[in-house]
Amino acid sequence: MTRKQRRLVMISAAGGVLVVAAVLVLTALRDSIVFFNSPSDVAEKHVAPGTRIRLGGLVAPGSVVRGDNLDVKFSVTDGKDTIPVAYRGILPDLFREGQGVIAEGALDGAGLFKADSVLAKHDEKYMPKEVADALKKQGHWKEESGKSSGNPAPATPAGPKS
Amino acid sequence: MIAEVGHFALVLALALAALQSIAPLVGARRNDAALMGTADFTAPAQAAFVALSFVSLALCYLNSDFSVVSVYENSHSQMPIIYKITSVWGNHEGSMLLWVLILSIFGALVSLFASNLPQTLKATVLSVQAWVAAAFYLFILVTSNPFARLAQAPFEGRDLNPVLQDLGLAIHPPMLYLGYVGFSISFSFAVAALIEGRINAAWARFVRPWTLLAWMCLTLGIAMGSYWAYYELGWGGWWFWDPVENASLMPWLVGTALLHSAVVMEKREALKVWTILLAILTFSLSLVGTFLVRSGVLTSVHSFASDPTRGVFILTILIIFIGGALALFAWRAPLLRQGGLFAPVSREGALVLNNLFIVTACATIFVGTLYPLALEAVTGEKISVGAPFFNLTFGPLFIPLLLVVPFGPLLAWKRADIAGVTQRLFGAFIVALLGVGATLALQGQPVLPALGIGLALFVMAGAVTDIIERTSLMRAPLATVFQRAKGLPRSNWGTALAHFGLGVSLLGIIGETQWSGERIVTLKPTEKVSMRSYDFVFDGASSRTGPNYRETVAKFTVRHNRETIGTLEPSKRTFPSRGTSTTEAALMTRGLSQLYISLGEQNADGGLAVRIYHKPMVLLIWLGAVVMFIGGALSLSDRRLRVGAPRPAKARAAMQPAE
Repeated sequence: MTRKQRRLVMISAAGGVLVVAAVLVLTALRDSIVFFNSPSDVAEKHVAPGTRIRLGGLVAPGSVVRGDNLDVKFSVTDGKDTIPVAYRGILPDLFREGQGVIAEGALDGAGLFKADSVLAKHDEKYMPKEVADALKKQGHWKEESGKSSGNPAPATPAGPKS
Repeated sequence: MIAEVGHFALVLALALAALQSIAPLVGARRNDAALMGTADFTAPAQAAFVALSFVSLALCYLNSDFSVVSVYENSHSQMPIIYKITSVWGNHEGSMLLWVLILSIFGALVSLFASNLPQTLKATVLSVQAWVAAAFYLFILVTSNPFARLAQAPFEGRDLNPVLQDLGLAIHPPMLYLGYVGFSISFSFAVAALIEGRINAAWARFVRPWTLLAWMCLTLGIAMGSYWAYYELGWGGWWFWDPVENASLMPWLVGTALLHSAVVMEKREALKVWTILLAILTFSLSLVGTFLVRSGVLTSVHSFASDPTRGVFILTILIIFIGGALALFAWRAPLLRQGGLFAPVSREGALVLNNLFIVTACATIFVGTLYPLALEAVTGEKISVGAPFFNLTFGPLFIPLLLVVPFGPLLAWKRADIAGVTQRLFGAFIVALLGVGATLALQGQPVLPALGIGLALFVMAGAVTDIIERTSLMRAPLATVFQRAKGLPRSNWGTALAHFGLGVSLLGIIGETQWSGERIVTLKPTEKVSMRSYDFVFDGASSRTGPNYRETVAKFTVRHNRETIGTLEPSKRTFPSRGTSTTEAALMTRGLSQLYISLGEQNADGGLAVRIYHKPMVLLIWLGAVVMFIGGALSLSDRRLRVGAPRPAKARAAMQPAE
């Protein structure tokens, strides 16, 4: 086999694998990415029921209601709009009223957000970057509360493993 | 005073690095032995100063000197000694100091132990190493000084992030950094080869042990991180395709490819340009990883603080080094002469295929990890790319690779007989088929996990076949087999063991993902929950006080087929100094499987939310990584690698099994 033929074999093999990879990446990107939205984004964009999104904002104070069988209801707010969320399972350690939270799931027809996983991440001075950005957009951001000093607490995801 | 000593030592290290970035390089160009020799002094001296700096910081932590900002923010006087030490790198500043400490130690090791390197190559390598070091010393001194003081010293520190108060912090970051930073040596060698415009088999022989060492540490570091996340975060997962995890997996993958292509280069002088490119890419991905983790663009357990100047600084380092190295590569690589020819079906061909799949798989991870960041920067749209994406892309690309693994070591160099090799793998096929059959018989449908088990067994049996073939077990008399086994180079054992470990991990991954049991329930004292053949009785909860926390401990009696086999005591800890709490899961190991309980919140009616898992074969995931590490260590102990002396090609031919 000459150098030229060898090179041809190698290049076509490489090309083949790359094409397969590109197709895989494109299909997977179309099907499996999830957009992040704040409650007012959801209102503005009219996110369709059933579309998987990440909803981020603050847990509205006084909104957490625990039901039977690990059912939990709370509201996520960004100061402008508020969306009720339902979740069943164990909430992360860092979940607290008035703190930042990200819930992943979809809206049902009645405007209730059914979350299948909830992420909370903050200490008294910190919150997820996405949530902070969303709050800044709504003008509900106090600079001193956003400045993180020291270690932010980690994201503790809850819910079924994805 | 101690802090100032540390700070000053770091400044001195920077000065030495600046000297080392220029003098040896100029010496190498002018062939001036004295100038080249300066690196032999500056590299160990740099390491000594950084070590002094690191020890100073550690002393500040041990003495709980809260006038130092980093100590104040990450330590507490009541913390156990071990955590006082580990919290040195449990924060941004300290962990960067650990990063440069390892970098400078690697540089010193090259200057001390690579005495058989051609002098100009060694001088150039150490210069390149010093560029990297200087950039990071500067980064620490300018943006993240660990020795910054507070005007007024507080009485008590703010405590270490509770999640990090674990032994995992003692092992995971140092191992991971040894891996990340170890690849800087391959990078320096690659850039030096490009500067010199010369490269040969000896080059690959010098680079391989360093790459292997880095790869081993990274393997263990990733595995340790995964196990840590598994038991600490309290929800039973061991890999989340989190950007930070991906950041460590990418250099591991390309590093694995580099290990394999360096073999081809060493044995056959082929794939030179490609090997150089991989060496550059591996360290580039380590830098990307450092950027992702340390710049605050991501939110995760690992991003300690988000000061934008740091992100910009690391990004600048990233652009200069990756861009510079790749530009140098584009300019100089055409100078490197092509090496030996080989047919597509050959050991070289198999290794090329290995590289192709690994690098492509890594590219898909790269896209999945960085696409959200790029999209946000361009359009402001925030998305998350999660596990489904990676399972859909990485999986299909990795499966063909695993299928090829057993063939690789059995193929002859240059031109191989695929039919003959397939025949020799007959036993491995049988083992795989038996595995599929047994899985289907035990677990029933679906077929896919059974096929996965078959694949894992095929990889493992293939590794065993490799050793059987090389020692002529089953064909020759036992005495000959022993002779051959003794004469077999350790790197052959290493290869077989590492491949075997890959199969072991795969077995664990399939077991955990396919057959895990999970129950989430609320329990009151004396209530019982059953899963599979296990019963968990909730005996009650009690309170305890630890050195710097309070905890609520729940006691469970575990029964297996009605027989008590032990108790599990998961707890929830509250750390008053930070006002945060952590969940401490309780684990019970049963053979290779584990039972796992973690606590949720307490309901108003006294019920306690608990999450219970049964994870079959889960330990294999990490055991496989340990086996890979041992394989690497065996290979590293091979005399040929250590000495780096040229070895007659004939000895190798004799090792090949008779056709």
